Amino acid sequence: MKLDRVLQYSQAYNFYQWVFKRHAPEPGVVFLTQRRVYILPTRHGVIFGMAVILMLIGSINYNLSLGYVLTFLLAGLGIVSILHTFRNLVHLYVSAGRVSPVFAGDVAQFHIVFENRSDFERHSLDLVCGTARASCSVPAHRHCTVALPVKTAKRGWLQLERVTVDTRFPLGLMRAWSYVQPDMRAVVYPRPDSAPLPIPDSDADTGDAVSTGAGTDDFSGLRPYQTSDSPRHVAWKASARSEALLTKLFAGRAASELWFDWDRLPQGMGTEARLSRLARWVMLAEERGLHYGLKLPEATVPLGEGFPHRERCLKELALFHG
Amino acid sequence: MADPRAPDALPQLPLATLVAGATLTAAPHALWLPVWASIASAALLSWRTALLIRGASLPARWLLVPLTLACVVGVFLSYRTIVGRDPGVTLLAMLLFLKLLETRAARDIFVVAFLVYFVALANFFYSQSIPTAGLMLLTVTVTTTALVGFSAPLRPVAEDLKTTARMLAQAGPIMLLLFFLFPRVQGPLWGVPQDTFTGVTGLSDTMSPGSFSALSVSDAIAFRVKFDSAVPPRNRLYWRGPVMTDFDGRTWSVGLPQLRREISVEASGPPVDYEVTLEPHNRNWMFALEMPTRIPQTARLTSEYLAISLTPVRSRIRYEMRSSPQFQARSGASPGDLALARRLPRGFNPRARTLAGEWRTSASDDAAIVRLAIDFFRGSRFEYTLEPPKLGANPVDEFLFDTKQGFCEHFASSFVFLMRAAGVPARVVTGYQGGDTNPVDGYMVVRQADAHAWGEVWLADNGWTRVDPTAAAIPVRVELGITAAAPASAPLLMRTGLDWVKSVRNNWEALTNQWNQWVLGYNPDRQFEMLSRLGMKQPSWESMTVILFWSVAGVLLLVALWLLRGRPREDAVQRAWLRFCDKLARAGLSRASAEGPLDYSSRVARRLPERESAVRAITAIYVDQRYGSEADVESLARLNRLVREFAP
Repeated sequence: MKLDRVLQYSQAYNFYQWVFKRHAPEPGVVFLTQRRVYILPTRHGVIFGMAVILMLIGSINYNLSLGYVLTFLLAGLGIVSILHTFRNLVHLYVSAGRVSPVFAGDVAQFHIVFENRSDFERHSLDLVCGTARASCSVPAHRHCTVALPVKTAKRGWLQLERVTVDTRFPLGLMRAWSYVQPDMRAVVYPRPDSAPLPIPDSDADTGDAVSTGAGTDDFSGLRPYQTSDSPRHVAWKASARSEALLTKLFAGRAASELWFDWDRLPQGMGTEARLSRLARWVMLAEERGLHYGLKLPEATVPLGEGFPHRERCLKELALFHG
Repeated sequence: MADPRAPDALPQLPLATLVAGATLTAAPHALWLPVWASIASAALLSWRTALLIRGASLPARWLLVPLTLACVVGVFLSYRTIVGRDPGVTLLAMLLFLKLLETRAARDIFVVAFLVYFVALANFFYSQSIPTAGLMLLTVTVTTTALVGFSAPLRPVAEDLKTTARMLAQAGPIMLLLFFLFPRVQGPLWGVPQDTFTGVTGLSDTMSPGSFSALSVSDAIAFRVKFDSAVPPRNRLYWRGPVMTDFDGRTWSVGLPQLRREISVEASGPPVDYEVTLEPHNRNWMFALEMPTRIPQTARLTSEYLAISLTPVRSRIRYEMRSSPQFQARSGASPGDLALARRLPRGFNPRARTLAGEWRTSASDDAAIVRLAIDFFRGSRFEYTLEPPKLGANPVDEFLFDTKQGFCEHFASSFVFLMRAAGVPARVVTGYQGGDTNPVDGYMVVRQADAHAWGEVWLADNGWTRVDPTAAAIPVRVELGITAAAPASAPLLMRTGLDWVKSVRNNWEALTNQWNQWVLGYNPDRQFEMLSRLGMKQPSWESMTVILFWSVAGVLLLVALWLLRGRPREDAVQRAWLRFCDKLARAGLSRASAEGPLDYSSRVARRLPERESAVRAITAIYVDQRYGSEADVESLARLNRLVREFAP
């Protein structure tokens, strides 16, 4: 442990840790210290170096004094560009932004926040994480949020992998880069399949009834709006005449209450297929403004409706451990 | 991948800047490129510019490949080869414009930028003057601005230019250090193509009085001289060049140089020490004041007292000489040499021969004949002109008795002819006479227009003796220079009477001289000299490399400190906080990863009640400094002190 505390000051050791060891995600704000910014010439930089050497040989051979001047000026530019490229990346603050849940197979947008507390703008920062790419510039004393589009494959938590932040500003001859892994993860919902809503089971017990929304159109009266009511059920015309928002009540309310039950799905279905089916039903039910609940072997989401309810159901499905 | 012929994915503004850079770098080449190549390059450039303005697609590859081949064929037809310096540079310039029509990806941009740099370097084959250097700097600035533009495409060009200027200002000191300290090697490293040295002017190894000499109307500088002591009077300033002994009736020419061990000059007065900076003239001659008594190690003295370099002078060289203006020169006077110096072809110039015969019979010795000849030149009414009438089959006769118009070559040639006809050994010496001291820097400037020819006779008791018939006939030529002798035909700028023109010219030439001495003439010798003067005992390439390394490292350190200055201070607050957390962690109270500073401090305060006040104070300052609106130095100092004193 003691050795580790000393070694963390070594750039090479840091690099080794980042590249070959699994690095734990870093919570909070990450400060890009000089020790964690690495720099090497790009391919163009190497060719530039060779061109400068060629020009030097030409200047020696033909005794071109101004050739020396040009050659050494370019060499100086190349050397100075190392510092400029390094400066363009170092001393930035990186932190995790928000990330919205997505369905498996869709692209999750990981928002990463760069903060530049220096007096100069940071140009053309490129972010790479696997196949995902994004880039941004951060003006002096400003924040900049960049969305890194990561393709998702499986449901569950998606932890953001190690992100490489690099820059080639100003000449493109050098590449400075750093590794960051902000502690952020996205919820990936199961991908809904294409099944229709289930037929209501009339023989079922009242509580467990799986009903179609057939009765939702049988209008029975009005009551004051409550925040949990679906906007779909607001009686807009009636509300316009009255002082407050009114919600339409429908006959056969029991018929619009749906319980999606894991155990009632066909026996042959696999775990993922069941989750996809349930996700599909949750989506459809919400779309039609139904009251629905979810029953899983280890968890139950009570009846409800509205966006937060849907998210809660989908999250249960996403994080289901079968 | 997008359509490869799409206008470009590349940003337009930097692209336009790059095209401007290419134009700048190629423009001076138009002065010497074959006409067709200049026109073709201009056409390619206009095409590219039009595409850029209209945002149109780049031409397809099937069009560019034949165009490139056509350029190669054109170069071959022009030069009959495609290797060598000039064809190579022509090809390079055309490739640059062809490549500009193929800028599809970042890779192409770099290829164009590198070509621009190479073409800028090639420009120095033809000129290394101060304006050329200025143009080179401009080219590098514009091209680098384009590169900056490509790496930050959304900025205005003015911002890119600012970045470039900043980088150039920082690269400048590194360039200077490398220029002065990089261990210099005297080139060439390998054979240099022969066409490298065409078009340099200087004295000729033949002289035909009566044919036109373009040299005498050129105000180009032949060499510059810096005297260590007082400058000798103008009529002693005879800069000795090739000596011509062979004469075929019309043309004098230089014999084979004879190097002998024993070349002696008896000095009979104080010596003159001086340093000559000689412009390249593609011959071996190194000019020295008559007579040289000490010559540089790299030079040899011929039996005719001509200092020659072992290789043709193809770049500006600098050498130190010692001469003795009063001398007796007795070398190169074997009976064979003297017989050669009396030889005349038969049948030319009967009237001059008759005159010489009369002198021979009337005079007692050779010295008396020479005096008679000088009296003859002084007494006849000769006219000095740089545009004399053409002479026929007997040029000496016609000049001496009929036209009486001519310049130094006519006088020297006629005089030596008369001497030989009278049996006195004589020869023609060419070189330069005179020189003007530039009041700005004190260097004496000797121009091609100062080229001169005079005679030399062998007198038994004095050795080889200089006789300048031009000085006898037209004293003003030697006393005041060519502008006074031939005011109508001397170079325009040399004969101007306007003081401000002279002043501008003097200043410019002094600047050019400094440029030549310190920039263009900075060679291994000069480097050694400068480092010795700066106090290095024995400058070697090893010690130079060490000094170079450390000085460049020092400059880079300064630049880095400047660039990375003003590192955000908030970080110091965080560091202090982390030190505090570390101390607690060692005491077994590490902060949970999701625990905020206030929660953490409450937990710590509960566990360490006796340290509560310190913990609360540290946390309060930390929270205030890190999340509050105003950060101040005193709070940071206090935080640091509290953390330092804190022991759990």
